[in-house]
Amino acid sequence: MLPNPSPRPAAELEELRRVWTPPRGFRFLTEVNNNYIGIFYVAAALLFFLLAGILALLMRAQLAVPENTLIGSELYNQLFTMHGTVMMFLFAVPAVEAMGILLLPNMIGARDMPFPRLSAFAFWAYFLGGLAFFASLFFGLAPRGGWFMYPPLTDATYSPGINEDFWLLGIGFIEISAIAGAIEIIVGVLRTRAPGMTLGRMPLFAWAMLVFAVMIVFAFPAVILATALLELERAFGWPFFAADKGGDPLLWQHLFWFFAHPEVYIIFLPAAGMVSMIAPAMARTPLVGYRLVVLSLLGTGVLSFMLWVHHMFATGAPHFSLGFFQAASMAVAIPSGIQVFAWIATFASGRVQLHTPALFVLGFLFVFTLGGLTGVMTAVIPFDWQVHDTYFVVAHLHYVLIGGMLFPLFAAFYYWTPYTSRHALSERVGRWVFGLLFVGVNVAFFPMHISGILGMPRRVYTYPAGLGWELPNLVSSIGAVLIAAGVLLFLVDVARRFRFAVEGNAGNVWNAGTLEWLPSGLYGTRCIPLVTSREPLWDQPDLARDVEAGAYYLPCPVTGVRETLITSARDARPQYVLRLPFPSWPPILAALFIAVFFYMLTLKLVLPAIVCGVTAVAAMALWVWDLDPGASHPPVDIGGGLRLPVSLTGPSSHTWWAMVVLLLVAAATYACLLFSYFYLWAVSSGVWPGSGDLPAALHGVGGCAALLSGSAALVLAGRALRRNSGRQLYVFIAAAIALMLVALAIEFQAHAAMSPAESSYGALVHTFTGFQAFYAAAAIAMALYAMARRYAGLLDAVRRNAFDALMLFWHYCTVQGVAGLAVVHGFPRVVG
Amino acid sequence: MQSLLNPLGPAAGEIASLAWLLFAGGGAILALVVLLALQAVFAPRAWLARPWFVVAGGVVLPVAVLSALLVYTVRPMRAMGGADARPAALEIEVTAHQWWWRVRYLGSQGQIDFETANEIRIPAGMPVQVHLRSADVIHSFWVPNLAGKVDMVPGRTTRIRLEADNPGTFRGQCAEYCGGPHARMALYVIAEEGARFETWRIAQRTPATRSNEVFASRCAACHAIRGTGASGQLGPDLTHVASRLSLGAGTLRNDATTLSGWIASGQHVKPGNLMPSFEHLPARELQSVAVYLSGLQ
Repeated sequence: MLPNPSPRPAAELEELRRVWTPPRGFRFLTEVNNNYIGIFYVAAALLFFLLAGILALLMRAQLAVPENTLIGSELYNQLFTMHGTVMMFLFAVPAVEAMGILLLPNMIGARDMPFPRLSAFAFWAYFLGGLAFFASLFFGLAPRGGWFMYPPLTDATYSPGINEDFWLLGIGFIEISAIAGAIEIIVGVLRTRAPGMTLGRMPLFAWAMLVFAVMIVFAFPAVILATALLELERAFGWPFFAADKGGDPLLWQHLFWFFAHPEVYIIFLPAAGMVSMIAPAMARTPLVGYRLVVLSLLGTGVLSFMLWVHHMFATGAPHFSLGFFQAASMAVAIPSGIQVFAWIATFASGRVQLHTPALFVLGFLFVFTLGGLTGVMTAVIPFDWQVHDTYFVVAHLHYVLIGGMLFPLFAAFYYWTPYTSRHALSERVGRWVFGLLFVGVNVAFFPMHISGILGMPRRVYTYPAGLGWELPNLVSSIGAVLIAAGVLLFLVDVARRFRFAVEGNAGNVWNAGTLEWLPSGLYGTRCIPLVTSREPLWDQPDLARDVEAGAYYLPCPVTGVRETLITSARDARPQYVLRLPFPSWPPILAALFIAVFFYMLTLKLVLPAIVCGVTAVAAMALWVWDLDPGASHPPVDIGGGLRLPVSLTGPSSHTWWAMVVLLLVAAATYACLLFSYFYLWAVSSGVWPGSGDLPAALHGVGGCAALLSGSAALVLAGRALRRNSGRQLYVFIAAAIALMLVALAIEFQAHAAMSPAESSYGALVHTFTGFQAFYAAAAIAMALYAMARRYAGLLDAVRRNAFDALMLFWHYCTVQGVAGLAVVHGFPRVVG
Repeated sequence: MQSLLNPLGPAAGEIASLAWLLFAGGGAILALVVLLALQAVFAPRAWLARPWFVVAGGVVLPVAVLSALLVYTVRPMRAMGGADARPAALEIEVTAHQWWWRVRYLGSQGQIDFETANEIRIPAGMPVQVHLRSADVIHSFWVPNLAGKVDMVPGRTTRIRLEADNPGTFRGQCAEYCGGPHARMALYVIAEEGARFETWRIAQRTPATRSNEVFASRCAACHAIRGTGASGQLGPDLTHVASRLSLGAGTLRNDATTLSGWIASGQHVKPGNLMPSFEHLPARELQSVAVYLSGLQ
């Protein structure tokens, strides 16, 4: 028995199309539908891939012969820094995030992502910020410190000028974009799946993106903090990394690699997820070892956080401390191995059709396995002592990244083009693209193992003749040209055959089994299906017909706007209807003004920066104003006898979940700050004060008391809201704000005499205060916003998402503040 | 050849043996995976498609191989970790600068015996303890024929033990990107048989006997020549510069013509280097300094 009787009235489909129609003309830029944002995102990622690839071609031209004078050291150092930075931050992570935004909603049976304006914001922030960042090359202002930006080389003494500030502020800002995407993907994968799609029936790409997003939540904060600290050191002389003032260059390395190692798995896992969708479709049989592969994704995600010191094997640390990281770095090969064998088993279990996607999967298996094996080699510490910082590692990283991410991405392009274009790409040209790329990659990167073994270090703008490095370098440069040819051919094919289409797409040409291959439009599918297995299109032969007929859930808008279903995390039981926003200007304006804000700061134009920052905040306030429409609409009938509310407040709401994820990001960032404090204490306890030199204990106690009282005031405000007492609500919120400011004032006063530029201790203490001030400012802004909503009659006992978000954030600030005070005031007293 | 597979000292020898094992093992596993994949695509067998095959290949095989590898690496690690009980025959301190190496030979009480730059000579067949420091940014000391690399981090002293089996000349290069002409920061380690090394050491200790007017007025601000009034610390010590194989930290061969060229237009071969090009030095003065320095054996 299907949920809804069919045939449906024709007006339903018209209404569905109407609410999902994109705006015309210039206003089209305000569209937030994932069908469009996903394509924009993929296109932008490809653009950055091409730009970074051109930089690589220039580098290979310079290195083709020894003692070449084509490109001098200053330009070359900018080129390799930008190549790495653009590839890692502006291509690799955004590309897989883009595939998620493009594919996930349809794949899990949703009409769109849960926060469409957030994905639009994330895209525009990334695109505009990325373009401005790349443009620094044309002004000779590109960073030159390497993509990994080690101090002291990148501090103000050894890298004067604003080149490195472009990296720190530009990339810092793009990281915001990645986190926004991560929040969205976690909530989307966990709460918007089609009814019946339990976690065990979820497509592996959705699992991979979930792990990807959680990894971003815990990894990116490390680089955000490191970036902030280095910028403070460059701009104001706060010595976190300067050894002569109690800092330590290795602190940067710990923070950076704690991010950057998981980063490469952040890049790889979605690609592995895509292969887990493509391989079964090519073999026309379900994946062998679904549960093992899920466990591998989870295992890789967790393990990848335990490896970072393998980038620091040569720093002279005691050997016994390195051994753990060698073992863990080897162990991470196991979950990857499981997936490789699962894909081989899947191929063996069916009959592989050697279409272009399958060719790229086979290419991926070879290139990635080779890269993984050299990875195990470099995990062996003594071997790494020879090959670290040589072209052997350059070979390894390109094999795993190109093999592990680029080949699956090309497989995905050929596989999913029919999903989003009127025509598929050409099979004939696809074979040539594959051939050129496969041969080109091996010709370009295999010889680098040899030049590394022969002693060629990395990041060198030239090399002497007579060391045997000539031939490998020349061959590599030829390979680079082959890769370029393959990419060019691909672009030509895309230009000739890709025509964006959703309703008129080429269709399920592979006869695949997952939901994204249902007939769909800009509105997603005609109705949201009930899922009973992992490959619904294979197991329910009439599914496509019944979905098109509107026989399942929510066949038409029930509240007059764009909608999708919120379902429970484990079993995907329908819970409520999520009303989605129409296209609007605030997200793209907020992205634009935030981008300009960061670049004004880079150029040290403080007043324009402040103006842009304020404008961005205003845009965001406007954006969130029409959130939480409340129970202004009665529960609706979505079919199958289900009557669902159209909004929800409290811990089950998607807003609550998004805020919790955001707070995890905040907590992870703070944990990195705490790590920095204890690490520098361990390394430079000499600059730590004795208990006699600390501010009076009253400061710490007073600060905690103020913070806790502020939280208490907010709890009372919440009670007032439940009783719908407006006046008490205002009073208690105002009291909370006042107490928060008192706590800040106490802390400012406590450390007023200490200079942050004199020692790493001073710098840390002021950073704790600065952190708290920044979070307090955000909390106070949210509090004022809540009061404004109350004043406008949009906040009450039932309709209270704005207050709940405030409450969660506020209590987090209290916990963060108390922890900070305990460490800053308590720890030095404890250790004497 | 500056290759890790051309080991000329015991530490490098341990690593080279390990390397061959890793290459052989890696090659074998790659071949296995390729064969299995091809089999799965072109001639699939039922056993390839079973979950237990996934467990066998993805769990059992890696766990077995990696555990064995882990156990195997314990011994080389311990050997290079200073389990060598023989006392070092010599203690040297190397301080890395942007883009050159300050080398100080230490006496028995840890005092500075003499200073040189960009070249290290050691007695063959004996272990030498090198203390590594940095005056500015992070560098890395690497002589592949003799040992793995160790970073030189400002604020820390790291250590490496160098030993060459036999006399020979070994090229090394800075292996941590240090900005600018990082590509031009190389060095030579020369191992000599005991008596020859001693002769060299005694000669290096001897201060110079002559000075030069041009040098004193143009170069002494940055460079030192012991025995004259020149005592600049910003650049390499030049007391015995003519005894070195190279100029500019491994950038140029060292002879009279390259020496003049280096002084007059060093920025040309090592752009961004902290020593300026002395292009406007009158030819007479340039010749005077070059001849003088070529005599400082």
